Amino acid sequence: MLAHVLLAVAAALGVTVPVAVLLVPASARPAVSGAGTAVLGSVAVALGVQTVRVGVVPVRVSWLLPLSGAEIGGDALSGLFVLLVGAVAVATGIFLMGYALGGHLPTSALVVTPAFVATMLLVPLAGSVTTFLAVWELMALSSTVLVLTDHHRAACRRAGLTYAVMTHLGFLALVIGLVTFAAGAHSEAFAVMSRSATALPSGTRDAVFLLTALGFASKAGLMPLHAWLPQAHPEAPGPVSALMSAAMVTLGIYGLIRIDVVALGDGPGWWGLTILVIGAVSAVYAVLQASVATDLKRLLAYSTSENMGLVAVGLGAAMLFRSAGQPAVAAVAFAAALLQAVNHAAFKALAFLGASAVQRETGQRDLDELGGLAQRMPATSALFGVAALAGSGLPLGAAFISEWLLLQSLVHAVPSHSPTVALAMPVTVAAVALSAGLGVATMVKAFGVGFLARPRSSAADAAEDPPSAMVTGMTLAAAACVLLAVAPAVTSPLFARLGTVVPGLDDGVHWDTVMQLGRLRGSMSPLGILAAVTTAAVVVITVVALTRRSRPTPTSVPLWTCGAGALTSRMQYTAGAFAEPLQRVFDDVLRPDTDVEVSHFAESRYLLDRIRYRRQFADAVEVRLYTPIVRLVGAGADFIRRAHNGGLHRYLGYGMVGLLIALVAAR
Amino acid sequence: MSNDAIVGTAVQVVLVSVLAPTVIGVTRQARARLEGRAGAGWWQPYRDLRKLLRKQSLRPHGTTIVFAAAPVFVAATALAAAGLVPIVVAAPSTTRIGDLFAVVGLLLLGTVMLTLAGLDTGTAFGGMGASRSITLAALVEPSLLLAVFALSVPVRSTSLTAIVTSVAAHPATVARPGAVLAGAALVVTALAETGRLPIDNPATHLELTMVHEAMTLEYAGSRLAVLEWASALRLTVLLALLVNLFWPAGIAIHTVTTASLLLATVAVTAKVAALAAVLACAEVFLAKLRLFRVPELLAGAFLLGLLAVSASSLLSVTAG
Repeated sequence: MLAHVLLAVAAALGVTVPVAVLLVPASARPAVSGAGTAVLGSVAVALGVQTVRVGVVPVRVSWLLPLSGAEIGGDALSGLFVLLVGAVAVATGIFLMGYALGGHLPTSALVVTPAFVATMLLVPLAGSVTTFLAVWELMALSSTVLVLTDHHRAACRRAGLTYAVMTHLGFLALVIGLVTFAAGAHSEAFAVMSRSATALPSGTRDAVFLLTALGFASKAGLMPLHAWLPQAHPEAPGPVSALMSAAMVTLGIYGLIRIDVVALGDGPGWWGLTILVIGAVSAVYAVLQASVATDLKRLLAYSTSENMGLVAVGLGAAMLFRSAGQPAVAAVAFAAALLQAVNHAAFKALAFLGASAVQRETGQRDLDELGGLAQRMPATSALFGVAALAGSGLPLGAAFISEWLLLQSLVHAVPSHSPTVALAMPVTVAAVALSAGLGVATMVKAFGVGFLARPRSSAADAAEDPPSAMVTGMTLAAAACVLLAVAPAVTSPLFARLGTVVPGLDDGVHWDTVMQLGRLRGSMSPLGILAAVTTAAVVVITVVALTRRSRPTPTSVPLWTCGAGALTSRMQYTAGAFAEPLQRVFDDVLRPDTDVEVSHFAESRYLLDRIRYRRQFADAVEVRLYTPIVRLVGAGADFIRRAHNGGLHRYLGYGMVGLLIALVAAR
Repeated sequence: MSNDAIVGTAVQVVLVSVLAPTVIGVTRQARARLEGRAGAGWWQPYRDLRKLLRKQSLRPHGTTIVFAAAPVFVAATALAAAGLVPIVVAAPSTTRIGDLFAVVGLLLLGTVMLTLAGLDTGTAFGGMGASRSITLAALVEPSLLLAVFALSVPVRSTSLTAIVTSVAAHPATVARPGAVLAGAALVVTALAETGRLPIDNPATHLELTMVHEAMTLEYAGSRLAVLEWASALRLTVLLALLVNLFWPAGIAIHTVTTASLLLATVAVTAKVAALAAVLACAEVFLAKLRLFRVPELLAGAFLLGLLAVSASSLLSVTAG
């Protein structure tokens, strides 16, 4: 009952807040939109908790959608994702109240943002195919509008176009897949479909699996359907990137779990293997791109792709282990995947909010133009540092725990059951290990080059901490990161309830101050590690302090710099230079486009006037895979265009031929 | 945590903290003797530390708390790792807190903090050292994880106690292909992690070759002392880990008595000292690799790790 009340409140807010933003005077719009989003988010958090605890009994609203009516309901899995979207919306909404001050966001974005949050909340609560597809499409449309906020810039229009095309191709795959599934199951309610899924012919199940996995992978930014992410995330306004990257992308994972793991049930081994391989390739490729990116938001976008890859690895491993008859290991892998998704939502929301605070205050998102922010924007820098630690997979950070779980599940896979598992394990471990190592380098670059050292531009030099609402929003997200890193046991009720949705999950992980794997050997205590490091630090500080008597009082001096004298900011390492050794190592995969342009003086070609050096990292997959496809489609369109010469008599002729064919066929 | 484990862990942490400079001293002295020099004596690092602790602490202009906190942080992570690694005792209760992955992660966390401190100075040298160090770390970490993974698969646990106990009970298992390959990968990665030849030369201050030293150039006084001690600690912990993973003879398992602690202390000190001497001998005959040849070496270590995991994984199929 409570859940239905909360659901009604959330739905009412989703409709009234956008309207209210339109009605109030322009000066109040940021506050109304941001506060509305935050309130909607907090209602969603309550709804999520309630849904996890008792679920939402499905309700049919027959007037809402033609023919089929809408069906809204949810179980613990839905609750987890509602909670996740809601929490991201709370932080982003509060952030938005400050961000939009001073005309940093147009009215269109302020109106659509709360509506976008509302559609994201409905996706996990959709109980039937029609409802799901309808809210999925609404979510895609509203996010497209938000990506196009800065539509006067060509790069933004291009990003919007790429996003719109890719998301709709994914939608097409989903429609075909889900409709086939529903037709085979003779029902479009997810609950009925999952009961009759095993009765479907195996060919149909495979086709449904492939089509839906394709659609959801494109939303989750998995290879090779990731190309929209590094374009749309940088071009969208900051808070929108946070919502898209932390919440919307995760709903692709929700779809994968809901349809391909829960509804379709146990599949053949290659299902899991496919997801696993796609995830592993995404993780490694995306983190490589992130490690050489110099645009802060592009770097974060690739990092999203990497993290979703790791989630997919966990999910694929869980499916593989389940089909190989190892439910206990599968449960650990599944928990790793979900925890990674939750952790990613927390730290990526914070990272994107931090990046947009930097962009708002400096007008820059290029790391080569930033630097020195730690002294000028101390709050933002510290909070971004929390996000970088949480996202780097190092101990004391949140992602360490989910990656630890993932590695544990791989260690415990008993390969003797299946040669596929035995072959897949080493490669998967290598991919996870490689992405962990490069992920650390990426985060060090983002934080070290962007926030430490000296400012590389006058804009960065003049930066100040943003309005307090923005800092509050980021602090909330940072608190979530710290909580997940130190006490992941807070998520244990969620995972305990998930066993009711996904079979075999009840004996996964025993969360406590010491995390223990259910029936397997393995334990780790994030709190214990924190205590050990803190104790050690206190001991070191005390010992050094005891010897203080023997030395003169500390003093502040200019940098020594090997006696070289005053440094300018041009002498420090840039983001490109910082990542140059890595780029050299992975030259074959990254294939940078380097351009050296030397111009001489007219008098003598031995005297150089200037040297220009430019290096670009085009996404190799995008260039190699997408360009030919786009060209092919263009050529096809050109061919078909010959039939459209604008002459009326020709169209009438087409109409007559069409009618004749229809009549003959119908006879 | 039981009393035995607390006493044992305390003994090993104190032992490693006190003797860490000796390891550096022994390698330097052995190397000096092999090169026909008299050497400064194995206790020279202690004199250096005393000298640095008496010097004035300097705070360079324009640096932030990252620079100021890095030495303590590096030392704290190394010290925490020293508590988790079975050096004198293999106590199950400490490995409940952190396993092999946690130890690897803690050491990397220290590296990362020092890298950030290098960037924080805003100098060309700091940035250079940071860039090189993080590149090496990004390549070392995967190899290390793979090697660790290969050692964990046969035991079905990443708990250090479980691995060490299993090797102590069946010493022949270290001759398995998976363990041998993992050992080779571990040796290379441990050299890279601690900045030894042929990856980094701890004795150099030449800008073309510096990695670790470039990041510490701006440090002076007590902070430099902490940093020097921390890097000695990291080397000692890694050597002790390496030696106990493959040859845990003498380590106190389960029952911790005064006699067993004493025996374990003597055994591990002798083993680590021997390994440090071997390291010094090897360094005499090794030249530093060109920086851009190092990734090839580390890629080799990565492949060794991958082979080790495959061997452990596939061979246990045929065995099982």
